[in-house]
Amino acid sequence: MLTTEDINFSYGDKGLFNGLSVSFAPGCFYGIIGPNGSGKSTLVDLLCGHLRPGRGMVTLSGRRLDGHSRKALARRIALVPQELRMDFPFTCYEMVMMGRYPHIPRFAGPGEEDHRIVAAVLDATGLAEMADRCIQRLSGGERQRVVFARALAQQTDVLLLDEATAHQDMQYALGLLNLVAGRAAQGGLVIAVMQDLNLAALYCDKLVCLHQGRLYAAGPTAEVLTSAMLRAVFRVEARITRDPDTATRRVAFARGAAKCA
Amino acid sequence: MRRAPFGWIIGGLALLLAAEVIVAAGSGFLEIPFKEVIRILLAQLSGTGSSISLPRELPPVVVMDVRLPRIITAALVGGGLAASGAVFQGILRNPLADSYTLGVSAGAAFGAALALLADFTLLGVWSVPALAFAGAVATLLAVIGLAGAGAEGDFSSSNLILSGIIVAAILSAGVSFIKYLADEQVGIIIFWLMGSFASKGWGDAGLVAVAVGLGGALFCFFSRELNLLALGSRTAGSLGVSPRKAALVLLVGASLVAAVCVAVSGIIGFMGLLVPHMVRFVTGPDNRRLIPASLLAGACLLLCADTVTRAVLPREIPIGVITALIGGPFFCVIYRRRMQPWK
Repeated sequence: MLTTEDINFSYGDKGLFNGLSVSFAPGCFYGIIGPNGSGKSTLVDLLCGHLRPGRGMVTLSGRRLDGHSRKALARRIALVPQELRMDFPFTCYEMVMMGRYPHIPRFAGPGEEDHRIVAAVLDATGLAEMADRCIQRLSGGERQRVVFARALAQQTDVLLLDEATAHQDMQYALGLLNLVAGRAAQGGLVIAVMQDLNLAALYCDKLVCLHQGRLYAAGPTAEVLTSAMLRAVFRVEARITRDPDTATRRVAFARGAAKCA
Repeated sequence: MRRAPFGWIIGGLALLLAAEVIVAAGSGFLEIPFKEVIRILLAQLSGTGSSISLPRELPPVVVMDVRLPRIITAALVGGGLAASGAVFQGILRNPLADSYTLGVSAGAAFGAALALLADFTLLGVWSVPALAFAGAVATLLAVIGLAGAGAEGDFSSSNLILSGIIVAAILSAGVSFIKYLADEQVGIIIFWLMGSFASKGWGDAGLVAVAVGLGGALFCFFSRELNLLALGSRTAGSLGVSPRKAALVLLVGASLVAAVCVAVSGIIGFMGLLVPHMVRFVTGPDNRRLIPASLLAGACLLLCADTVTRAVLPREIPIGVITALIGGPFFCVIYRRRMQPWK
């Protein structure tokens, strides 16, 4: 269980969260949705301990995040960030092996188990062929898959994804989300910031909708994803339909009167 | 991409270094056969050195008191500059950074120039190195203070590089002003700035040995953290590293090593930039392999350069000039090769 309790957070004197309380239960795939600047990525940073709340606290299994050591936390929570910058020519395999660092003692080399996990993850993410290739020679989508694979290799019970499938084509987007959905089905906790509402509807059990730093709605996907919410939060017109076979929601956007300003 | 076995790289470099030490100890104005050099070194190591030097023959005195301290100082400074260069490149996430990017050398140069101008001799032969060291440390603190901490509580590499360039620019203007003020001392200042291992004694060698030994151990201890810092603080944090703490420890450690090296030997450019670059071709970018290999490769390279200027060239040219004259163009070549990834 990952929980924020009445947290405040601001960048300088620009306040963002003021008394935000939201909790995430294991065995569930959560989507965080909201327009640009609504605080999605900041919430992820607070949940993984990269940022600290000004007031209130974030707890993991009832214990404050800053009460865990960094290394212990890295064995519980993995993060797939939006961007990957790497200026040194590590190979794909070496990059994914970095996900095992929190499990390997400082001066020890990776064991058989670590090599096995990395090979399995590379296989599952479609990177097995490029394992020995230098990361700088991969395409943007392939690099993002490497980052994804590294987080999977970390083998944590909490996975945080920050628009982690943004650069993927449909095959890999669905393939990667299937992998993490499998983790949630096995009792893991997945929290994903999603920009694509149809993908969110397809995968998320529950949605957390942020609007200007406030919790606009949280609950089962079908309850949160409504035309009224889209109008109020995203300022777009859309019709929500229900797929008769799978019972998942679909968002059919209307060009309508949506404007940038 | 296959990496060469690490043991072979380290073993090969260590053998090369040992061979270089023997060749360097034998060459010079007084040529000493290699067998004789090895005999003298072995006798010293086994503690029977005093018995052969009792009649005060010339070769043992030349090897032990004149050449060996200089050789060891040159090798250690080369290793220290190269290893700290690798660390700076990791922290600043920039393969073109080195110990001089943050203005450490400019600070040392300013301190040394000030000591020479003011004829500061309070600490004897250590006066100039002491002020050079103080200048380097003060510069580091100024750069860290100027770069500050980002909103996310970590050092942004572009902030650090920019602060380093600004502070270094001010300091080099200061050095120019000191040169302008120094009438007859200007020659001494210029000579110090060009770097030299001439007349280095066991004191210098010991000082550098302590700094490079402690620094090297620190770098190796944190080399895994350094790998993760290159991914950015957000990712490093999620993989179990406290990015701010690790960056600060490594930054201060690498700067202190570089500061001691510069204080003892003067400004020797291109070692920190060039050596990790070349070594990375062989070891790959993993700092657990890169840092020890850079240490040895830097020692080999600078000792080689110093032996050439001391024993091969008709007249001794300042070592800093040699490393820049050879290292600069060489760097251009490998940099261009790296820019064309199809090669």
